[in-house]
Amino acid sequence: MGFMTTITEKVQIIQSDGYQVADQFSNMTVDSGPDMCTDPTILGFTVFILACFVGYYVVWRVTPALHSPLMAVTNAISSVIIVGALVAAGGEFFDISKIMGFIAVTLASINIFGGFIVTQRMLHMFKKKD
Amino acid sequence: MSANLSAILYLIASVCFIMSLRGLSSPESARSGNTYGIVGMVIAILTTLASGTILSFEAIIGGILVGGAIGTLVAKKIEMTALPQLVAAFHSLVGLAAVCVAGAAFYSPEAFGIGGMEGIKTSALIELGLGSAIGAITFTGSVVAFMKLQGILGSKPLVFKGQHFLNLAILIGIVYGIVDMTMNGEALMFWVLTIAALVLGFLLILPIGGADMPVIVSMLNSYSGWAACGIGFTLQNNLLIITGALVGASGAILSYIMCKGMNRSIINVILGGFGGDAPKAGGGSAVEDDRPVKQGSADDAGFMMKNSKSVIIVPGYGMAVAQAQHALKEMVDNLKKNGVKVKFAIHPVAGRMPGHMNVLLAEANIPYGDVFELEDINSDFSSADVAFVIGANDVTNPAAKTDPTSPIYGMPILDVENAKTVFFVKRSMSPGYAGVQNELFFRDNTMMLFGDAKKMCEQIVKAM
Repeated sequence: MGFMTTITEKVQIIQSDGYQVADQFSNMTVDSGPDMCTDPTILGFTVFILACFVGYYVVWRVTPALHSPLMAVTNAISSVIIVGALVAAGGEFFDISKIMGFIAVTLASINIFGGFIVTQRMLHMFKKKD
Repeated sequence: MSANLSAILYLIASVCFIMSLRGLSSPESARSGNTYGIVGMVIAILTTLASGTILSFEAIIGGILVGGAIGTLVAKKIEMTALPQLVAAFHSLVGLAAVCVAGAAFYSPEAFGIGGMEGIKTSALIELGLGSAIGAITFTGSVVAFMKLQGILGSKPLVFKGQHFLNLAILIGIVYGIVDMTMNGEALMFWVLTIAALVLGFLLILPIGGADMPVIVSMLNSYSGWAACGIGFTLQNNLLIITGALVGASGAILSYIMCKGMNRSIINVILGGFGGDAPKAGGGSAVEDDRPVKQGSADDAGFMMKNSKSVIIVPGYGMAVAQAQHALKEMVDNLKKNGVKVKFAIHPVAGRMPGHMNVLLAEANIPYGDVFELEDINSDFSSADVAFVIGANDVTNPAAKTDPTSPIYGMPILDVENAKTVFFVKRSMSPGYAGVQNELFFRDNTMMLFGDAKKMCEQIVKAM
């Protein structure tokens, strides 16, 4: 029994040591925060530039015959700004933000449904040689 | 839902969107591409709804139901010939939605996590102003493009003196507005710059003529992407940034391809005023108009094509206007029954939006394997017995190669002149969009078929 208690005690000590180290570590990162962290705008810019490159290479591979569906589908996916509109429309109080959010959700929904459906219609027409 | 989980789900949605564009590299994979797009959108919306920032759902459900119903109805009913104006209308909605989101973020920054009572963060204000301005330009610009394509506004370019200076002044005003709003954070400035951008969008597209619309529609497509990007920066949402960049890049590339198809720079197109009356259009205009042309009948055309070995059909915007694609398909079927080889040649700027002709031909059940792009088919004209030009004009004009004074000089053209016989289906001898007469009309191997494109095809089918 005594042996077990010693082990439990030891484990507890190790655990609390661990917590202390973790605490110190987290304090360290918090302290050095302003210098170590990249500004979110810069991170966003990084993502933006990389996405431009992806877009460039992917879109050049689109066959010219499908340029109309490409426009329709990009139109649909650019309505992903509905994400921002949802936050505005989902506010607690009835204010100007909520009204604008509601308008934006409606407009973006027209685009999302309309864009994907018209793309689908177009793509269904492209048939192989019989 | 934790912020990390949201971020990962948004990442998955972004990948879905990339895959949806990737799918369009061939018609076989295209349909699965569209499915990827839908899946991505559903993930994005559900993730936002579950993120914990949404406190009430009535407005959201109402908006999605109303918008979804309108969008579904319009997309199901629309004629394929009216596709360009539909796309322009859709672009305008993205623009307006971007303005609304920017406005909402401006009035309740705490909901978007970009500031609180003490004011909005500087970086967020800049991005907000940019997003709103680009969105506003996209909105009114697309509305004008829509009205021109729909025929509500004349397709002739509207030009007036000092136009470019006025536009430049407004642009400088918008930039000043963004700077001022960033420093003072006043709501008034936000609206002033947004309204200025609305006016600018309107003025920018007014002077641009109908046949330049492929470039403009692509350019507005690109703008709608950049607007989404601006909003993405404001909300620090990578999904919006990635999607906006994809769409922006796509529109920019399409604009570039269209410009190259007309041998014009994007600046030249944006400055506008091309086409219309163009009284001083270069060599081979007005004076020589009374030269004799050979006029043929549907019987002649039917007889000659039936007895030829190979026919290349060159469709243009006139085919779309006359809704002639189905009658044309019937004619093609008849020719194929008689053992004639039939191919289609598409010029990059044929129609009023990129790929417009391909969709119309696909709608008429013409297999895409029979439809070729300019560079793939141009050498085949010399071995073709008949080139059948229906509703196209400038894109076949050899003056683009031979006459440096012509406004279309340097534009890549389809070499229909090399075919043994050329048929031109046209309503009259009126010159094409560029305001230049087509030399080909007066050649010995050319026969003009005057009349409506659809009726002409039907008559030819009867004659065969």
